[in-house]
Amino acid sequence: MEVVAKEGQPRQSGDSGTPGKEKFASEEGFLVIERQDLVPRIHLFRIAAPAIARKAKAGQFVIIRLDEVGERIPLTLADWSKDNEDITIVFMEVGASTMMLATVDEGEYIKDVVGPLGVPSEVENYGHVVCVAGGVGVAPITPIARALKEAGNKVTSILGARNQDLMFWEKHLRSFSERMIVTTDDGSYGRKGLVTEPLAELLQNEKVDRVVAIGPAIMMKFCAKCTEPFGVKTIVSLNPIMVDGTGMCGCCRVSIGGETRFTCVDGPEFDAHQVDWDELLARQRTYPEKEHHAFKDCKWRAFQKTLVASGG
Amino acid sequence: MTTNPTKTPKLNLNRVDMPRQNALLRVLNFNEVALGYTEEQALSEASRCLQCPKKPCVEGCPVGVDIPEFIAQLKDGNPDEAVRILKQKNSLPAICGRVCPQESQCEEKCTLAKKGAPVAIGRLERYVADWELADIAKRRAKLVAPEPTGKSVAIVGSGPAGLTVAADLVKLGHRVVIFEALHVAGGVLVYGIPEFRLPKAIVQAEVDYVKSLGAELALDWVVGKTIGVDELLKDSFDAIFLGTGAGLPMFLNIPGENLIGIYSANEFLTRVNLMKAYLFPQYLTPVNIGDRVVVIGGGNVAMDSARCAMRLGAREVRVVYRRSRVELPARLEEVENAEKEGVIFQFLTNPTRFIGNDEGMVTGMECVEMELGEPDASGRARPVPKPNSEFIIDVDTVIVALGTTPNPLIPSTTEGLETTSRGTVVAEKESGLTTKPAVWAGGDLTTGSATVISAMGAGRRAANAIHAYLTGEKAN
Repeated sequence: MEVVAKEGQPRQSGDSGTPGKEKFASEEGFLVIERQDLVPRIHLFRIAAPAIARKAKAGQFVIIRLDEVGERIPLTLADWSKDNEDITIVFMEVGASTMMLATVDEGEYIKDVVGPLGVPSEVENYGHVVCVAGGVGVAPITPIARALKEAGNKVTSILGARNQDLMFWEKHLRSFSERMIVTTDDGSYGRKGLVTEPLAELLQNEKVDRVVAIGPAIMMKFCAKCTEPFGVKTIVSLNPIMVDGTGMCGCCRVSIGGETRFTCVDGPEFDAHQVDWDELLARQRTYPEKEHHAFKDCKWRAFQKTLVASGG
Repeated sequence: MTTNPTKTPKLNLNRVDMPRQNALLRVLNFNEVALGYTEEQALSEASRCLQCPKKPCVEGCPVGVDIPEFIAQLKDGNPDEAVRILKQKNSLPAICGRVCPQESQCEEKCTLAKKGAPVAIGRLERYVADWELADIAKRRAKLVAPEPTGKSVAIVGSGPAGLTVAADLVKLGHRVVIFEALHVAGGVLVYGIPEFRLPKAIVQAEVDYVKSLGAELALDWVVGKTIGVDELLKDSFDAIFLGTGAGLPMFLNIPGENLIGIYSANEFLTRVNLMKAYLFPQYLTPVNIGDRVVVIGGGNVAMDSARCAMRLGAREVRVVYRRSRVELPARLEEVENAEKEGVIFQFLTNPTRFIGNDEGMVTGMECVEMELGEPDASGRARPVPKPNSEFIIDVDTVIVALGTTPNPLIPSTTEGLETTSRGTVVAEKESGLTTKPAVWAGGDLTTGSATVISAMGAGRRAANAIHAYLTGEKAN
């Protein structure tokens, strides 16, 4: 497949015949170079985005708008390549927008991809770092684990999923981890139980200098509760609702140590022990009825798209 | 033989009203409220202009449009010439004709204003601009490609300031690339001002015009994140204009402000205007509007928010303002529009905390009554809380419209760019030159929240300065 840079790539020979004219503007959007269906309802897209790939750092995110009618949704980067000029995102179908995103095939375009946004992860040599990933959180935590390992840390990873069928990137994360503990809620793979159980054991039995936890907000909340008595600095990557992603609207505001902060520009990573979890969890449920309504509507749209694609 | 002695023409004080959508109907849709003059109405209004030799109205215009001349041309049946005169000073007349506060600018200075009936300059401006927009081909034909200078300029932000600089510089033969963080160009014109006050098709037509001149538009580029100012200067551009506006919302910083149902006006308007939440679920961005909506603040953004809330189906929309009616910073016209649409005003009231339910949703707002004291630094009476006057308003949705400050994203990532304590970028008043070489700035980024026309004026001055810098010659 021919891979064409759709934005950002300075070119030696630009359009309109002016030598040395670099192209920044793009009409088409962003090309999906590769699509992988990792597990049911979790997908990986590799997207041509040279400018974002040049700047991306672990912990940062992009805002994606699929098409003219789409929402702007934040997705933390799962990987990027300066050389290949692309970025990788992994997402789970959880609502209308992600369901529509999942209808995009290789060779198709996403209208808008903006980034890299947010503050990169703090990466130093802390000593022993435990990375805890829940569900789709394994994707954003992997580049963080990689950066931590490159900085000289000993990385222990805990990867949890509801069951074996929903587990992915285990090998990937393992390659940056000295040790790996896998859990499933139902015991269908690895250890039966929640990620907080092995986390608590590690904290009791070993010296842990830092914990990074990424997953559903409820999981991150319980990781924070688990590490707090041990006084181990714990970093979480928050996932509130966003619109612009540049500090303009305040939709993603969270309370950190009693102060209001914007996740998009001050985060997405914060000290887990300072986060007002109940507020975050409540704010994530701002639009239950609207989400239901949009989901029903989009099911029909997704079905129509499949019909057209299959020539039926 | 008898000749009539020269008589002063009788003053015509019948200012022609602008037709509007009926108030009962318009709260059911997002279509433009003010419908524009017909040709007959425009000619009739134009004929009221006295053509004063001193042209006081021009002094009232921040960009110095030759108002009597464009009106004379319109009256004499030369709308194309009227367009040309308008555009000499104002590259976005269809926008300014709609959103400029003419009553405190050109129309305030109009000789007929003393008689209570200034010429409706804004409405005439809009008429002329719309006449031109109705036939884009006409205006394209007039363009003559300038000789390329080989110089290139990056414009950061595609709001009124950026669009003006882009249009001016591209006409002078410079390569111009406009960088916009959002997925649509127009800045506050598309995310802030609602469709019913400024149709997005009008903004798009103006953006298309600037593109047709040869300006390149790079959407989805967050300068400061996707690429830095220094990288732009080093690799690709000879000069930079920063026009990123004042996009950061201010909050009250009172307890309960993060409850569900409390929006900044920026978020609320962005959802409604930019993301088209009023067309949900066809457009997938939602917005929640409860039965009882309170808008906090008294500026144009508060009026826009209140009127959007009305249209989204709120039963009761209440604007809560801590001063009294006379201090309202919003345009009188917008206040009247809001009142006609059923918006309630509650003056001398200030919120002190929000009350929520078990689900974290806002249900009430505690307020305190205010009284006006001595004038403060802004010259307006300072509101002072009355002791023991607390009371609670039941609310489902709250929109906080207290104003905005510049986004620190670029200043914080650009070395050598000085800012004030208010977060505005320091720039020379005349040229817009910042403390960083080859970087200019203008509009709300340098002044804090102001008007579209003042941003355009700053853009025009900066364009002149940038052109002089690039070529060593003076622009017109």
